[in-house]
Amino acid sequence: MNDVLVSYLYVISVILFVLSLRWMSEVKTAQRGNWAAASGLAIAIIGTLLAYYIQRVDLLAAGFVIGALIGSPIALRLPMTAVPQRTAMSHAFGSMAVALIGASEYYNRGASIDAFTLSVLSAEMILGFLTFTGSIIAFAKLQGLIPGNPLIYPGRVYISLSTLAIAIVLGIYFVLNPGDSIILPIMAGFAMLFGFLLVMAIGGADMPTVIAILNAYAGLSAAGLGFVLDNKVLIVAGSLDGSSGFILAVIMSQAMNRSFLNVLFGGVGAKIAKSDEPKGGQGARQVTGFTVEDVATILDNARTVIFVPGYGLAVSQAQHVVKELADVMQSRDIDVKYAIHPVAGRMPGHMNVLLAEAQVPYDELWEMDKVNPLFPETDVAIVVGANDVTNPAARTKADSPLYGMPILDVDKAKTVVFIKRSMNPGFSGMDNELFYLPNTMMVFGDAKRVLTDLLAALKKS
Amino acid sequence: MATDAAQADLAVNLLIFILATFLGIELIRHVSRLLHTPLMALTNAISSVSIVAGLIVLSEPKNDFVLILVTVAITLAATNIVSGFMITGRILRMFRRRDPNEGKKKEQQKGAETTPK
Repeated sequence: MNDVLVSYLYVISVILFVLSLRWMSEVKTAQRGNWAAASGLAIAIIGTLLAYYIQRVDLLAAGFVIGALIGSPIALRLPMTAVPQRTAMSHAFGSMAVALIGASEYYNRGASIDAFTLSVLSAEMILGFLTFTGSIIAFAKLQGLIPGNPLIYPGRVYISLSTLAIAIVLGIYFVLNPGDSIILPIMAGFAMLFGFLLVMAIGGADMPTVIAILNAYAGLSAAGLGFVLDNKVLIVAGSLDGSSGFILAVIMSQAMNRSFLNVLFGGVGAKIAKSDEPKGGQGARQVTGFTVEDVATILDNARTVIFVPGYGLAVSQAQHVVKELADVMQSRDIDVKYAIHPVAGRMPGHMNVLLAEAQVPYDELWEMDKVNPLFPETDVAIVVGANDVTNPAARTKADSPLYGMPILDVDKAKTVVFIKRSMNPGFSGMDNELFYLPNTMMVFGDAKRVLTDLLAALKKS
Repeated sequence: MATDAAQADLAVNLLIFILATFLGIELIRHVSRLLHTPLMALTNAISSVSIVAGLIVLSEPKNDFVLILVTVAITLAATNIVSGFMITGRILRMFRRRDPNEGKKKEQQKGAETTPK
């Protein structure tokens, strides 16, 4: 009886999960989507508790209490700049949970487990364990615990791929010799080594893509566990999570004009080190610095302004000053928009969250495709903490590593104000043509300080 | 016998997996780019439904080692569930439209632009 009931409760959960993603499509209904997913999850848990008699409810309760004690302070207090780190950590937790449940399923059934189940189980565990270490390294890089630059050494692709190959061979051996339980931890070890090497070799600028790929892996391993346990709600939830990670990874890599494989094994940092030569030639070109007073004068006569924020804005915590600046401009009937490049920030959609936190209304946040046609009619574009995503070389210079990358057409604005700490190039190591255009005003200094000064200058005028 | 049953289920499960993946891709493609960060937090929390698998294993653990593994897994999944839904809600609450006064001004401007027609 309860078996039948739980199946129907799982159906309700699945419906709620699908509706939840449907409602996530726009801000208006997104909060409802969150509740729908939470209810779906609660129903799945209650249904399972009804169908299966669990003796050690104390352990379950302990798990939930500890989970709530760790989870809720993080969720309540985490600064929005650190959301990518939390996301990486949640992929680590999720994939580890899935891998451990898979392992315990093997230890429960022992050598009597059939070959098919064990092969899915091995694949799921390899994926889970490699996602775990990969996500831990992504977390450490985002948190600044280890340097963000890619770890490059000769033959690294072969070394990391051979650790994966060993894990897979061990998995096959394991399926053929299911009684050999010692294989499981060794296989797990090689999978974890692969995840470690894989993400160590990826640079900080690629983190938005890496997080999305790890998300896809975590979802896929959860779906794999669903196959092992013949649990349909888990298969659906895992596939939804996996396809979401996959789509986001595609969007991220398209926004950087790179393929998946190139992100995973390309080692952007390496390529850049080699293409250093054009920098020397361009060193001769001089750039004039402007003062905030110059910029204030220009803004006095502007009707339309577009801010182009990059992660540098978040690093110097300047979102709030930008918002104040926008308020002053709007009170003078200047139209203000924000142009958001898909890879602005450190995970998909991160810049939108950072600006929303600073109370920028979301209808002022414009996607790249929609804002690009507006630049030619824009009086002033203010670039803060972004660089490569504004480089016109991506459109014009076929030999540039950035060539073909979709960019914000900032250079088409009547005046470009570019706030920059120094003349250092961006992540790609490329010089930015924009600096030398006649309509560009370079303002050097820390983003927050420059914007604060600009705010003062603007209020005075 | 067990193998036969597992393989019969495989076809059904594969069908579910493929359909859910296609459905997921279609659903996610329609999610506004504004919301990609909370989306990732949400889908991650949803996939923590793996806790259900942990509960099933917990219902008949063979030995203490299994019990430990599953308890750790359940704790990790529970952490994801709690923090995932809470942070999704918190991020979503930050998204707001222009405040009413500014909105009115905007509408007046729009009105001024459209009335001449």
